[in-house]
Amino acid sequence: MYNPDLPLEVRVVDKIRETPSIFTLHLEFTDPDIDLEYRCQPGQYNMLYLYGVGEVPISIVSDPEHRGPLEHTIRSVGRVTRGLDRLRVGERIGLRGPYGRGWPIREAEGRDVVIVTGGLGCAPVVSMIRYVLRRRERFGRLVIMQGVKHTDELIWRKQYEQWQRLPNTQVLLSSDISGPNWPFSVGKVTVLFNQARLNTRKSIVMLCGPEMMMKASIERLLALDMPPEAIWLSIERNMQCGINHCGHCQVGPHFVCQDGPVFHYPELAPWLGVTGF
Amino acid sequence: MDTQYAFLPRNALDQLLDALRKAGFDRLVGPIARDGAIVYDTLTSAAQLPHGYRDEQAPGRYRLHQADSGRCFSWANGTQTLKPLTFAPQEVLWHCERDAEGCLRFKNPTVNHSPTAVIGVRACDLVALRLQERHFLGGRFHDPHYGARRESLFLLAVHCTHPAKTCFCASTGDGPKAAIGFDIALSELDEGFILEAGSLRGGELIRTLALDDATERQRELAKTEIETAALQQSRSLPSQNLREALYARLEDRHWDKIGMRCLSCGNCTAVCPTCFCHAEHSVPTLDGTQTTHQRQWDSCFTAVHSYMGHFLVREETRLRYRQWLSHKLASWHDQYGRSGCVGCGRCITWCPSGIDLTAEVAALTRQETSHV
Ligand code: SF4
Ligand code: SF4
Repeated sequence: MYNPDLPLEVRVVDKIRETPSIFTLHLEFTDPDIDLEYRCQPGQYNMLYLYGVGEVPISIVSDPEHRGPLEHTIRSVGRVTRGLDRLRVGERIGLRGPYGRGWPIREAEGRDVVIVTGGLGCAPVVSMIRYVLRRRERFGRLVIMQGVKHTDELIWRKQYEQWQRLPNTQVLLSSDISGPNWPFSVGKVTVLFNQARLNTRKSIVMLCGPEMMMKASIERLLALDMPPEAIWLSIERNMQCGINHCGHCQVGPHFVCQDGPVFHYPELAPWLGVTGF
Repeated sequence: MDTQYAFLPRNALDQLLDALRKAGFDRLVGPIARDGAIVYDTLTSAAQLPHGYRDEQAPGRYRLHQADSGRCFSWANGTQTLKPLTFAPQEVLWHCERDAEGCLRFKNPTVNHSPTAVIGVRACDLVALRLQERHFLGGRFHDPHYGARRESLFLLAVHCTHPAKTCFCASTGDGPKAAIGFDIALSELDEGFILEAGSLRGGELIRTLALDDATERQRELAKTEIETAALQQSRSLPSQNLREALYARLEDRHWDKIGMRCLSCGNCTAVCPTCFCHAEHSVPTLDGTQTTHQRQWDSCFTAVHSYMGHFLVREETRLRYRQWLSHKLASWHDQYGRSGCVGCGRCITWCPSGIDLTAEVAALTRQETSHV
C-alpha cells in the first residue's frame, strides 16, 4: 500500500539557537537513498513529526539544490514545536514532504526580486533569498525589506548585514518601536517602500508575514504602480494532513496546504484580510 | 448493459440476503429501527428490517411511528449516512515504533475490511459518496484508507418513495431516484421489489436469483411513486449553483442572526454525508515504545478547527456557520465542480436549534446584498 501519510525517519545533525524561542534544526534522512532522491522548491514545507506528540508543517529554509541537511527554522509556540525545541543532536524525528506550491522561480528569472517580510514570518522567504544569491546572474536586483515590531525580534541580523554588503542587493529594515543599537528605520515595513529603488516594470514581489501587514504592503505597492500580477505571497493556516484531505487550511476555495502556501496575489485578493477565512 | 428489471416477491427478500452472502459479502449492513430511530447495523435476516415504520422529520425534530403498512423502506434517511463505512469516524493512518536507541520505524496499518453489502442506500447518499470519492481518491494524493474501505462495499440502493419534510434532493438534482453508484437498486412495491442492476456484478447477482421480469404495470407503479416523492418535497434551494450569490453576501448581516441561534455544536457536520474534515492525533502506548497516528472526524464548528497557535481564524460562531455554508454551497463549486449539498436534509433535522439551511439561503438571497 502506498500511504502518502507515512513519515520517513530523519536525524537531527545540528541545532542552532536563533533567539530564546526560535531555533533551526538541520535534518538528514537516515536512509541515504532518500537523501539523494529528495527534491524541493523554495517556499515549500515539510510535515515534521515528533514521536508520540504529533506533526507540524514547517517551511524549508535551506537551498533546495544545495546537497546537505534540510534546514527548518521553528518558533516554539505549540505542543509539537516546544517538544522539537527540546531535541538534541542525534535524535530522530519523522518527516514527510515536501508539500505545496513554492515561490515562482521561473517567473522570477531575469527580474528584480523584491522580498517583503514582517515579524517572525521571514522563514518561508529565506530559501528564496538563498536561491537568488547562489544564482545571482539569473536575477536582477535583490531588494529585501523586513519589518519587525520590536528591535529584538530581528533574527538573522548578521545575515541581513552580510546580504547588505553584496552588490546589486538592497536590504532595508524597520522596527515599529525603536530600541538601542538600531541604526535602521522606525515604523511599519511600508515606510521602507520609499527608500527601496523599485522598478515596477521589471520586479516580482514576494511577501510573507502577518496577513494585515501583507495587505497593507500590497495596497502600498499597487499605489506605486506595481502590477497585481507581479505579486506573490505565502500564507499560513492550520494544516494537519498536508495532502489536501483534512480540510483545516481552506481559505475560500483554496486549500493552503497544496494550492499554496505560496499564492499569486490575484488568486488570493478576494480573501486576503477577510475575517473568518 | 441493457437494464433488466427483475421482480423479487416480498417473501423472497431473505433469498437476496443469502445470495449476497454466497457472493462473498460476509457482512450485511441494513436499516433497523432501534432506540426510536432508523439506524444502520449488521443484518442477519430480512425480518429485522423496519417493517411498517414511518418517520416524521422537521427542523430539530425526528420521530419514528409504526404505520399500517407491510413495507420496510417507507421512511427517509435517519442520522446515519454511508460515510462511516468509507470515511471512518476514526482511522489509523500509521504506527511508529521507537527502539532503545531512539530509532523510529514507521509502519502502515494492517488493513482487512470484510466485504460488506449495504442494503437500503438512498440516492442522496450515493451522490455524497461520489463527492467524497472525488475528495479522497480523485486528487493528487490517493487516500488508501478510504480506498480500501470503499472497495469492500457492495451497494444496494432503494429509490425513495417517502421523503421527509426536510428532504430537498429533488431541487439539488440528486434524488429521490438513485441514479449513480449502486450495484443494485430496489423499488419497493406492496407485493415485493423490482431489482435493477447498476454494475456488472450487480447484474450477475440478480441473475443467480433466477427471478421473473417485473411487469410493465409494476414498473409504471414504481416510477409514479418516485415521481410523486419528488413532487412531495416542500423544501428547496433556489439554484444548484449558489456560488456567486453567496460570495456576494459574505458580509451580509444575516450571518450575525444565524450566529446568535447556532450553538456551534457540530451536529450538522457529523450527520452531513459530504463533510470530510478530520483532525490527526498521535496516541502513544503507556510504555512509550509505540505510537498510533490516527485521524478522527472534525468539524468547522469547533474552535480548534481554525487554531493557529496564537489566534483562531474563526473565533465567532457566525464565522463558523458562514465557513460551513459558504464551503458547502459556494467554494465546493471551485473545488469539485458542483455544490457539496445533496439535499438529504439531515443537517436540518439534527440541528438542536432547528436551523434550516434552505431557509437561511432564502433569507440571504431574498434581500439585496446588505453590508454590515
Ligand atoms: S448540507 Fe445538510 S442537506 Fe446538504 S448534504 Fe449536508 S446534511 Fe444533507
Ligand atoms: S447549525 Fe445547528 S447543528 Fe450546526 S453547529 Fe449550529 S446549532 Fe449545531
